[in-house]
Amino acid sequence: MSPEWQAVWLTLKLAGITTLLLLFIGTPIAWWLARTQHWLRQPIAAIVALPLVLPPTVLGFYLLIVMGPDGAIGQLTDSLGLGLLPFTFEGLVVASVIYSLPFTVQPLQTAFLSLNENLLEAAATLRASAWDRFFSIAIPLARPGFLTAAVLSFAHTIGEFGVILMIGGSIPGETRVLSVAIFDHVEALEYAQAHWLSAGMLVFSFVVLVTLYTLNGRFQPGVVR
Amino acid sequence: MISPDTLQARFQCHFDQFALDVDLNLPGSGITAIFGHSGCGKTTLLRCIAGLQTAQGQLSVLGEAWQTPQESWPVHKRPLAYVFQDTSLFPHLSVRKNLLYGYRRVPAGQRKITPEQVYDWLGLEPLLERMPAGLSGGERQRVAIGRALLTSPRLLLMDEPLSALDHQSKQDILPYLERLRDSLAIPVLYVSHSTSEVARLADHIVMMDRGQVIAQGPLQETLARTDQPFRLEEDAGVVLDGEIAEVDAQWQLSKVVFNGGELWLRHHDHLTMGMSVRVQVLARDVSIALHEHRGQSIQNLLPATVDHIAREVVPGITLVRLLAGDTAFLARLTSRSAHQLQLTPGLRVWLQIKSVALAD
Repeated sequence: MSPEWQAVWLTLKLAGITTLLLLFIGTPIAWWLARTQHWLRQPIAAIVALPLVLPPTVLGFYLLIVMGPDGAIGQLTDSLGLGLLPFTFEGLVVASVIYSLPFTVQPLQTAFLSLNENLLEAAATLRASAWDRFFSIAIPLARPGFLTAAVLSFAHTIGEFGVILMIGGSIPGETRVLSVAIFDHVEALEYAQAHWLSAGMLVFSFVVLVTLYTLNGRFQPGVVR
Repeated sequence: MISPDTLQARFQCHFDQFALDVDLNLPGSGITAIFGHSGCGKTTLLRCIAGLQTAQGQLSVLGEAWQTPQESWPVHKRPLAYVFQDTSLFPHLSVRKNLLYGYRRVPAGQRKITPEQVYDWLGLEPLLERMPAGLSGGERQRVAIGRALLTSPRLLLMDEPLSALDHQSKQDILPYLERLRDSLAIPVLYVSHSTSEVARLADHIVMMDRGQVIAQGPLQETLARTDQPFRLEEDAGVVLDGEIAEVDAQWQLSKVVFNGGELWLRHHDHLTMGMSVRVQVLARDVSIALHEHRGQSIQNLLPATVDHIAREVVPGITLVRLLAGDTAFLARLTSRSAHQLQLTPGLRVWLQIKSVALAD
């Protein structure tokens, strides 16, 4: 595989795994944020939103420290025999999950907030337990939210640069994703390659957004309240 | 003591502006109307019974304790069905899947009614593959009722199922509700603020005001009480059961004979000789005369005896109960007329009834 295709493949793999993990992690967080009255709701919501406002380098810097040999996570992974996470693909996945978390949680939270509470109550009177109501009513009705969350998280992970540079560097086949590859090409004054990859990203991002808006437009009738 | 054939409910709950405090002992069959103005706590009571609203108290249904001060069954463990005012059909499921949602969650051994019976009974067959968003208001409510019945409930709760419907849809649904009343062996609690729905459907009535029960009992007896509810005084009235004895085609009137006299009402096409009907006479449509006046427009004049006088139920208003034969009527008078007529129990008078409405 040429280094360019390797970078493309690595990027898609990173974004795919990150998105999948985020849907599992983000759904319970979004559900809790949408329904709780707990005093911790605002602080947790703020923590989830932090990656939106922090410079990626700040996030990357702290991740580098906590995942490093002297950090809490670093010591944990080391003692579990997993080695250290910085400068590995797994380290990128962990960083991407944190970095893209708001792009999963916020659309899901909005979708859960707009759920008609009466429908969940009706399901309860029809013998559905809390889990059953969540899977049979809440998730299907939040489908546009899930689609938005998945597409945004995927696209946002693909566009990630600063965090990756901080904790992943540019190891071909391990951490050298597209955005880093473009940066390397520009640094080496290889504008032709940089053009190809950049144009590819541009077209890809556009197609993703058009698809998202079209699909969500089509789902609207399903969420009539 | 838990009684095996009644529904006993005692609840207390407090909100910012409102407190519910009720103690009910209701029959274990037939339709019990929960009646009162909006904001009186009817819906909150129903939600407490369903377990949707947490409240301190006790609830036992036909001998089974659903809630005690120590323990409360969660909503989905209570064998009841709830028909909501807004129908709450699931928008992402077809009509068929909506109908079967609860049915599939009831263990096979506890099912007492089949989907085919319900489809047939409520005329749902043509709607099965449609989505809820494409249904009319009346169709949605029929689906909601069907979905509720398919859980084979031991108690059916209905929260103003007709209030969101236009007149025609109401007329279409009412016969289904009547069939429900006549063929279902389970108790139904029917929340309503409409006197005509209550008059037409209910066997029993619970009157509520500001979170409290102010009267409960068999419908006809309770409606004829003069110590009722003074915020309901505008709606006070009686219902009586009778039989069509004459149809006057020229003037489009039908005569209803009941225990205590006869009344004329506007003829409706479905009325035939000998048919049993229920009619409603509101207290505000009844006036009292000391003598029989013939030269006037009111068609319904009945001799009656003053039975009880409740003065100043609200300032300036007196409610009088009168007996024509065994049948009680209420008349709503200004306190000045009551005083000028010198009404006393036992006085023979004439009732002038301005309007008689068919409840059936």
